[in-house]
Order: sequence, then structure tokens, then C-alpha cells
Amino acid sequence: MTTGAVINVSAIRKTYGRTLAIDDISFEVKQGEIFGLIGPNGAGKTTTMECVEGLRVPESGTISVLGLDPVRQVYALQHRIGVQLQQAQLQKRIKVREAVNLWASLYDHPLDGHRLLDQLGLGDKHNAWFMTLSGGQKQRLFIALALINDPEVVFLDELTTGLDPQARRAIWELVRGIRARGKTVFLTTHLMEEAERLCDRVAIIDRGRIIDIGTPAELVRRHCPEQTVVVTIDDESAEERFRLIPGVESVATRDGCVTIRGRGDELVAHVIRCVAEHRMNVTDFRTDRPTLEDVFLKLTGHSIRD
Amino acid sequence: MLRGLWTLTWLEIKIFVREPLGLIGTLIIPVVFVALGRLYGRSARLEPRGVSDLVTIDLPILASIFIALSAVLSLVTIVSIYRESGILKRLRATPLRPYTILTAHVLAKLVFTLLTLIAMAAAGRRFIPDGMHGPFVAFGLALIFSTVSIVSMGFLIASVVPTARFAQPIGSLLLYPMVGLAGLFVPIAALPPALQAVSRFVPLRYVVSLLRGVWREEGWMSHSGDVAALLLVFLICTAASAKVFRWE
Repeated sequence: MTTGAVINVSAIRKTYGRTLAIDDISFEVKQGEIFGLIGPNGAGKTTTMECVEGLRVPESGTISVLGLDPVRQVYALQHRIGVQLQQAQLQKRIKVREAVNLWASLYDHPLDGHRLLDQLGLGDKHNAWFMTLSGGQKQRLFIALALINDPEVVFLDELTTGLDPQARRAIWELVRGIRARGKTVFLTTHLMEEAERLCDRVAIIDRGRIIDIGTPAELVRRHCPEQTVVVTIDDESAEERFRLIPGVESVATRDGCVTIRGRGDELVAHVIRCVAEHRMNVTDFRTDRPTLEDVFLKLTGHSIRD
Repeated sequence: MLRGLWTLTWLEIKIFVREPLGLIGTLIIPVVFVALGRLYGRSARLEPRGVSDLVTIDLPILASIFIALSAVLSLVTIVSIYRESGILKRLRATPLRPYTILTAHVLAKLVFTLLTLIAMAAAGRRFIPDGMHGPFVAFGLALIFSTVSIVSMGFLIASVVPTARFAQPIGSLLLYPMVGLAGLFVPIAALPPALQAVSRFVPLRYVVSLLRGVWREEGWMSHSGDVAALLLVFLICTAASAKVFRWE
């Protein structure tokens, strides 16, 4: 095992009947990072995560979490990890406080549930029935339940699906807070924006296989190195000048808008320098940077929403 | 081993009470029936000596069995709803074990079964003839023991039944025919030989035999066979359900 890796997955495979759910999945998650498994619905994210949590047994391959085997040592593991499941529910008429107390009673050294609920913004919901909570409140309660045993690794499966953008951002802040407390976070999402903003490293999974792993910036640089700069400019010589910049592949002018495409990290800096040197009269300047979404499209040939 | 059992049991009792329909069906309706019967039966006079065995012995047994069966069905339904809606799956990812969850539900059901019986007996106490001093405590113990055994069959059904929609019908289909073969309506000896053979495998037969015996104050020792049979049912069903328990 590499030093610092808390999760080590090696060549796992799982089929449901005749359907191959995941195949030859390998990756590791390092201590203290937010690691994202990203891909479209049905790609095998949840199956992979549930194998790591010990809820499913892979047919082949090996998994180690905190040095434990999730199949044979699942009970020992459950005390050290926190889990939030996709589409989980609680009893309709259980109170928020009761759920937290039940979970707390299951572990040796639980956190103070009262404080945890306050920290997660559920301070005024202690006596509310589960069925009366909003989607975002339910997810925050599930985060509380996942954190009650002060786990070393937290698993979050499609945490923000179905939430409005505001609730989503609030949840992102909470997840960053988990990392800030030194925990390792392993999450799945089909939202590329979420992965890009939240994850330190991501693994792209499609049709049961991992396609590539890296930091979001690395993946973008590796697979979509082309950059685009769009300059609105009133200068007829601009197009010619931009063509001379190293790394530029194409320049096109349309209605006073010059679109410069090229490669290399320096491209934007070069364009700015060129504009400054020639004292061009720029009225607008923007860059289009490729995102994980573009990486996904390029690697799989289909959009993540398909 | 049974970490979280008491918290979960108490929680399930509270949650059940918060469900208006469940509480009405379990506690209020049986009592209302007895009360209505009391109202209509006010003119009837009961002669302690004239009361047949059917009323003094088999009727309490029948009522007890039906209450136990309905508790089991309710258990099966609740567990399958929990499974279908993902509650069991969520509990699975915690140190809670399947038998802890089932035990908590059984304990909650036992509490309500006993409350129902006590409430019914209280509502109908006028019908208990003056001279009658049943072995209530022994009968109560035998009933709890029998209920646990019946409930273990419910365990097994609850462990595998696929969806909540099927839970009630499948449970009824498996459990209620047992009442017919339990020797309550038709004595076992009067059944055709084939059905007599089948009835050997109907746990309710031993429940009826045990409850009758205890009610007649025949002593537990003379019914050790029934006790052994019910214990066996409990052990087999519990072991099997732990094996086949489905979380989702």
C-alpha cells in the first residue's frame, strides 16, 4: 500500500446476473483528501462505493479500507467509517433528535449529537419528524448520521442530487468542513461542476470502467489542452498579430470579436502581453477554459447527461 | 451484541403510536368491539356452569391467536416497508445487526399485543363469570412464549418477502390456514388422515394445545412436547431468517 492511502481498490469486478456492473476498477484514496468518483447514472459509481463500504461483495479483486478487509472485517470497519447512501430513507415519523440518538447509541465514542445538528444548520429541527424535512434538510441529517461516530473516512453517494443550487452550495461548504477536520471524503457525483469545485482528485468512470484519474486541473490539461480567448477589439491588424503568438492554432474574426484558439498554459498570458504591447483598444476580454465536462465528452464520446 | 436494542425498541413503540391508523387498528378497535358486544349483550345472562368449553377456553385462545397473528402480519408489513423504502439499507451501514432490528420489532409488537389483551379483558370483565378464576399469569406466559414462536415465522416471511404490497397477502396466505389445522375448530382427531399428518407441521397446533392445557391448569410438564416443538420452530425460523435476511 502506498503511504497515505486510506482506501486501496485493486481490480474489482461485479456482475448482476448477466450484466457487468463494474470491471477492473482500481484506485486509491489518500488520507485527508476529497476524492470523487464521477460518471453518468448507471456507470457503476454506487456499486463501486458499496463494495468499498462492505455492503456488496465483489467477485474478484481486493479492497482495503484503513487496512481492513470490508468483507471479512465489516463490523470493525463500520465503527471507523461514516456512510451516506443514495436514496436512503428513515422512518417517516422518527424525530431528527431520535435518529441522531439512535445512531449515537450504536457507537463507542459518539460525538455530541446536539452540537452536530446545530453545526449542520438543523438546530431548530430537533423535534421535527423526518417526513416533514425538505430535501436539503434530509441530506444534512444524513450527513449528521454519517459523522456521529467521528469517522476517519466519510462516504457520500450522490449527496446533492435533487437539491436546488443554493442548498447544493451549502452542502459543499459542509463537505469542505469535513475535510478541514482531517477526515478523508470519498464521494460520487454525476455533476461535473460539483466534482470540479469540491474534489481534490477524481476518477472518471463510464460503463463500469475507470477511464482516468487525477486532479480536475490535471485531467483538463491532459485531455483538453486547447484554450480559447475571445477579445472584442477595434483593430484591424489584431488578427495578424495574434497569429504570431506561439501556440496559437487558429484565429477568427467575426463582428469585431476575435476568437483565438491554441494550446499551452502561457496562451492567455501571451495574448494579454500582445494586447498591451500594441496598445490595442480592447472593450471585452474573456477566456473559455475547458471543464471536466469537456474531458468526459472527449474520453467517452458521449455527454454525461446522455 | 444487541447494541442499540432498547433505543430502537422504544423508538419503534413511539413511532407506532404516532401512526394514527396503526394504533386504532391494534388497540382501539378490539376494545370497541368488546364494548359494543357488552352493550348488546347486556340482556343476556351468563350462567357460570352453563358456559361451554368453547366460550371459556377456546374463545380466549382464538382471540389471543388472532391478535398474535395480526401482530405478526403487521411486523411483516412494517419490515417490508422499511426494506422497500431504503430504511433497512440505511440501518445496514451501521453496527445494527438484523436480529437486533427484528428483536426490537418483536418486542414492540409484544408490548402492543399484551396491551390489547389487557384492554380487551378490562372492557369485557363483566362477561367473565364470577366463579371463574383462570390461571391468568400462566396463560399470559404461555401466550408470550407462543407469540414469540409465531413471530419467528413472521421473521422468516419478513426476511424474504419482496415488496410491501405482497407482504400482507403472503403473510395472510401462509398464516391463517394454519388456524384451520390447529385443532381449534375441528379436533385434530376428526381431520382426514392426510390433514392430520400436515397438522403435525403446523406450529399453531402446538400453540393451541399448550394454551388449552395451561388454561385447564394441566401443568407445563404435561405439555413439554408442545413447548419443545415451539422452541424448535423458534430456533429454526430465527436461524433461517438470519441466513436469508434481505436488506434491500
